[in-house]
This record gives sequence, C-alpha cells and structure tokens, in this order.
Amino acid sequence: MTSSVDAEVRGGDFLLPSAAPVQLIDQAGRLVPGSGDGGYLLPDGARLLEAYRQLVIGRRVNDQAGALVRQGRMAVYPSSHGQEACQVAAALCLGDEDWLFPTYRDTVAVIARGVEPVGVFELLRGSWHSGYDPYEHKVATQATPLATQLLHAVGVAHAAKLKGEDTVVLALCGDGATSEGDFHEALNFAAVFHVPAVFLVQNNEYAISVPLRHQSVAPSLAHKAVGYGMPGERVDGNDVAAVLAVLGHAVERARQGGGPSLVEAHTYRMQAHTNADDATRYRSDDEVKAWLARDPLSRMQAYLSGAGLLTPEEEASIAAAAEDMARVLRDGLNAEPRLDPTELFRHVYAEQTPQLREQEALLRDELSREEA
Amino acid sequence: MTAVTEAPAATAGQQLTFAKALTTALADAMEADPRVVVFGEDVGPLGGVFRITDGLTRRFGEERCFDTPLAESGIVGMAVGMAMNGMKPVVEMQFDAFAYPAFEQVVSHVAKMRNRTKGHVSLPMVIRIPYGGGIGGVEHHCDSSEAYYAHTPGLTVLAPATVADAYAMLREAIEYPDPVVFLEPKKLYWSKDTVELDALRAPGEPRIGRAVIAREGTDATLITYGPSMPTALAAADAAAAEGRSLQVVDLRSLVPFDDETVTAAVRSTGRAVVVAEASGFASVASEIVARVQERCFHSLAAPVRRVTGFDIPFPAPKLEKYHLPGVDRILDAVDDLQWED
Repeated sequence: MTSSVDAEVRGGDFLLPSAAPVQLIDQAGRLVPGSGDGGYLLPDGARLLEAYRQLVIGRRVNDQAGALVRQGRMAVYPSSHGQEACQVAAALCLGDEDWLFPTYRDTVAVIARGVEPVGVFELLRGSWHSGYDPYEHKVATQATPLATQLLHAVGVAHAAKLKGEDTVVLALCGDGATSEGDFHEALNFAAVFHVPAVFLVQNNEYAISVPLRHQSVAPSLAHKAVGYGMPGERVDGNDVAAVLAVLGHAVERARQGGGPSLVEAHTYRMQAHTNADDATRYRSDDEVKAWLARDPLSRMQAYLSGAGLLTPEEEASIAAAAEDMARVLRDGLNAEPRLDPTELFRHVYAEQTPQLREQEALLRDELSREEA
Repeated sequence: MTAVTEAPAATAGQQLTFAKALTTALADAMEADPRVVVFGEDVGPLGGVFRITDGLTRRFGEERCFDTPLAESGIVGMAVGMAMNGMKPVVEMQFDAFAYPAFEQVVSHVAKMRNRTKGHVSLPMVIRIPYGGGIGGVEHHCDSSEAYYAHTPGLTVLAPATVADAYAMLREAIEYPDPVVFLEPKKLYWSKDTVELDALRAPGEPRIGRAVIAREGTDATLITYGPSMPTALAAADAAAAEGRSLQVVDLRSLVPFDDETVTAAVRSTGRAVVVAEASGFASVASEIVARVQERCFHSLAAPVRRVTGFDIPFPAPKLEKYHLPGVDRILDAVDDLQWED
C-alpha cells in the first residue's frame, strides 16, 4: 500500500507542530499580528459569523442540557462548556459527504453538523439506542469507550479511498484517550494506509480528574504525530478562527491525497466531567477563573463587533436561534420517551434468533399480565 | 428448522483439505463481490501462517488482500469502519489467543453496532480465528475461546468441522448481514474429504443456525462441534464395535443455536454427552447441557454428561493429549449413562 513518500525523503522535521498553538484571534478579540504568516488564513467574515452563531447555540445547548439533567429529564450529561470552538469548527470544516466521528462530549459538534437535536440526547436520556441514523448526516454514534471510534474512522476513510471517493473523515477524542492503545493503533493504521483522516484531540487538561501530566510527558500531544509519520499541529482550541483554519487545512490536505494528520486543540473543560462529578476535588477555582478570560464566545463576539461584522440585529437573531434550540430540546426531552421494552429484541440481529423470539414472547407475556 | 443429514460425498467430487476449502471460499467470495476484502497479519504475499489466504493478493491485488500492522484491535476496528462504509471485510486473527487484544472492539462495537443504531448500521464482516488444540502448539496458540464470543449478544459464532461446511459456511458467513466469528479448528486444517464444489457453490439450504446429524444412532447422542467432531465420530465407531449405537450431532453453529435439532436428537435416544475441547466451567458445553435438561427432562434416562477440557490453562504440547477429550473418556462418559436402571 502507499506510504508517505515525503516522510521518507524529507525526514521528520516537517511533521513537527508549531512551537506554540496557532492563534489567529487573541483572548481580547484582537487579530494576532503576523497570524497569517504561518500559512493559516483567517476565515472570511461570513464564515466567522456562522461559527459565532453556532458557538452561541452550542453554549445554549450545554446550559439547557445541564438544566434538563437537574430536572431529571436526562440520566447524565458530559458538558462541553468551554470547548464549543473546537466542536463548532469540527462540524463546519467538513463537506456533506465527509464523516464525523464524535465522542460522548461532542454533542455540540453533532448538533452543529445538523443532526436532529432531540435524537442526539436519546442515549443520555436513558434510552437504548443512539437516536439518529449515522448515514443521514454522516455522523457516527457518539462513542462512549475511549479511542475505539478512531479505528472505525480509519476504516471508513480506507473504504472511501478504495472506492475512489474523496470523502474525508474527522475523528474526535480527548487528551485522556491518547493514552489508549486504540489511539496508537488508529494513527498508525491511518498513516500506513495513507487514508484521508484527520484526528482532532481536544486537550481540555483533564480526563475526569486526572491532569494531562499524568497521561503524557510528550512535548505536546501533537508531537505524537511524528512517531506515526504524519504531521501534527497545535491550535488554540478557544479560538474558533484558528481551529477552523487549522482543521480546514488538514481536511483539504487529506482530500488532496496528502494523508492523515493530527491536530491538538488546547482548551478547557469549564464544568465538571458530568453532573455526577465534583471538580472541586481536583482543581482550584483560580485555575478555572483563569480560563474564563479565554472564553471562546466572548473573544469572537469582541472580534466580530470590532470588525463591524456583528450588528445588534444579528446578535439578537443569533440569541433567538439559541433560544429556539433550547425550546426544541425542552419540548423534546420533557415529553416522556415512548419506550417499548419488546424493541430490545428487535435489532440484536438482522434476523431474530429462535432464542430471542422465545425471550421476547416471555417478556410480552409478563407485560400482558402487568396490564391485566 | 429441521434436522439435515449430510448427503454422502458425491462420486464426481474432488478431494480437498479443510484449509483449501477455506481458501477456495475466500477466492470465490472475492470473485463474486468486489466489496469483499481480506486483511490481517501475514495474510498478503505469505498467504497467512496457515496459508488460508494463499494466492489471494497475487490474484486480486493488494487492495483486496493485504497485510496490516501487527495490531488486532486495529484490524477489527478498521474492519468495523470499512463495513460501515460499504465493504465486506474478512479479517484473520492469527491465533485464538492473539485475538484478545481485539476483544473490546468485538464486544463493545462489532456485537452492538446494529442494536445501538436501531438497525441503521449493520456490520457484514467476518472475523476468522484459527482455534483449538491438537497440533502440539506452544502456549497462547491452542485456546478454545468460543465461550467468550458465544456469550456476547449480537455475535454469530460458527465452528465448522467438515470440509464441505468449511467452504459453504464461510461463503454464507461472508454473505451474512451480521458480524460472524468464524472459528476454524486448527487441527482439522489438513483433514481431507471429497466434496462437490459446484454443488456447494449453488445456493443451498442455510447452514448458519442449523445443526446436522453427522451419524445416526439410537442408544445415546453425542453433541459436539468443531475440533471435537472427528473424536466424537471415532468414539461412535468404537462404541458400535461394542454393540452400542451412538448418534452424533454436529452443531456447526453455536450462535444461533439449533435447539430444535438438538432436542429432537436427544429425545430420540434419551441419553446425551456433550463433547468439547474448551474448559468445561461456564462453557458452551455447560450451556448445551442446561438447554437439553430444560427441554428434554422427561425423555432423559440419565443426567446429561460433559466431556470437556479440564479447567486449566492449555497444557504444553506433550501433555495436551491428557487434556483434550479423547475416545476413551467419551466412552467412559457414555458408560455412565445409567444403562442398568
């Protein structure tokens, strides 16, 4: 199979990430001087405005989901508050025929990709299936085991390549998942088979309670790419303009046959791992406060307002869209889910086994006696 | 479902080894459907350590049959994605115990994808695993790992024992809409039989989910599968010489399980012994015994017995004969089936 000729000829230096994470807009919302010099161009105004719109909607999704958990409407919710820029950029950098492989913390990315939002919460509200058809928007189910979905992404990309399609696959994971064996196997397979895949690691500093220094002492997570013979890049994960630019470059590279790459986005999980977690046991308020200043929404708002791209009318329209989304979620999730226990036997196999037919009959009998 | 008795080998047939039947099935499947791709460790130019993929890369090219990095989770995980995207991957785990690194992919994803997506995503893929002992293999090369897979809802688990089934069941597994764990008894790779390939190639009765009566008998039923099938048949031969008629049921398909054929067989004789290489505790053999007792209690003249491997790690080559079910141990179990009562 093909391997990267470039890597053999040119050695590994070109694979190294930039010394500091790529940033195009700083935390005060100012354009970073010389930011275009590294080859990453600022996305145009319309794209940034659309990204901002999705950031605001994404933040509202996080807030609404948290409230619904507190109201007992969902079993659990892993918040991505603070990571919206990574997730919005992940959704916006792909074409319709590309694939997204999200994790359980990537709800904002899945919704930004266009998946029907109430369905996205199906598993989290305590149902038994993923709630949406992965083929409809080319979004795999949100993976709960860590890093396993990266290999599925490689397989989809490899099949696309064998079929001659120009599909690109973007696979997401967190910093903790980079310690898993499947992370290693996925990146190695992707590089060896030279498939059109991009791996985005949202480094939010913690795997539940465990800080990054206990996962890895590599110079950065992006540096791991070098060992697989693919380029690595680091980006400010709270700068949606930079994430869009870096991911856009990686996706285009993959689409042109340039092979896979790894992007590490530096971000922060502003809330606990889930509602069941207590983040005060492992990190200080001061640490969290420091990240408040780097919020992905406020910096884009400042930049767009300063550039005259965000009018008060536009802002109002975005806020209204976010409220609409929240209402859709509330209406959808406040309605009691229609759960049919006998459905549990329906999709284990394409054709039900005789044993499952027996077991379904047993449950049906129990249910009929309950009703009687 | 009805019991199917194997037809006698056709005179116009050809002699094939079990291994060659598998190779032929892979080649025929690849010829018939460009979506079928074969990959794993050493399956390319070498043709696999057991040569099951011999010649496939040469004939179909390295996009259809290729070597992967040495990583079993990677092989199975990549197969999941390829199956999601329209291919029919057939992957090889080099040996039974080397399949364990892929266990999370198999249990958490391969087995659950259809259910987890409410039927939207099906995974037509086959995981081929050379399995079992009897070849004097060193440690980690002789495990009987069927119970791990059979215990996992969503997997289809096959263990053919005849040359004809090796061909026909692998073809059927590749056509199957669900993921199949295809257990190939290593010690039978070199066994031979005369089969009529053209007949096997023609559409026939499904074999997945169907046990067969491998030998008719009236006094007791031996229920077995995979590597223990020839041993059970040899035991039936020996018993016949002593005037006892043993029926042999070849399960072939562990999941789905053919309760109907097994139950009818045991009811017809009233006595049963389950024979399998795997350690007996919490095994497929245990499940079979439980199912037979539940369904045939009033037809049984004696408790159903098991002859299985001991509950020990698979022994060293020179000791494996003490561990594996043999003819004498099977006949001793048959002798214990309360004939005097």
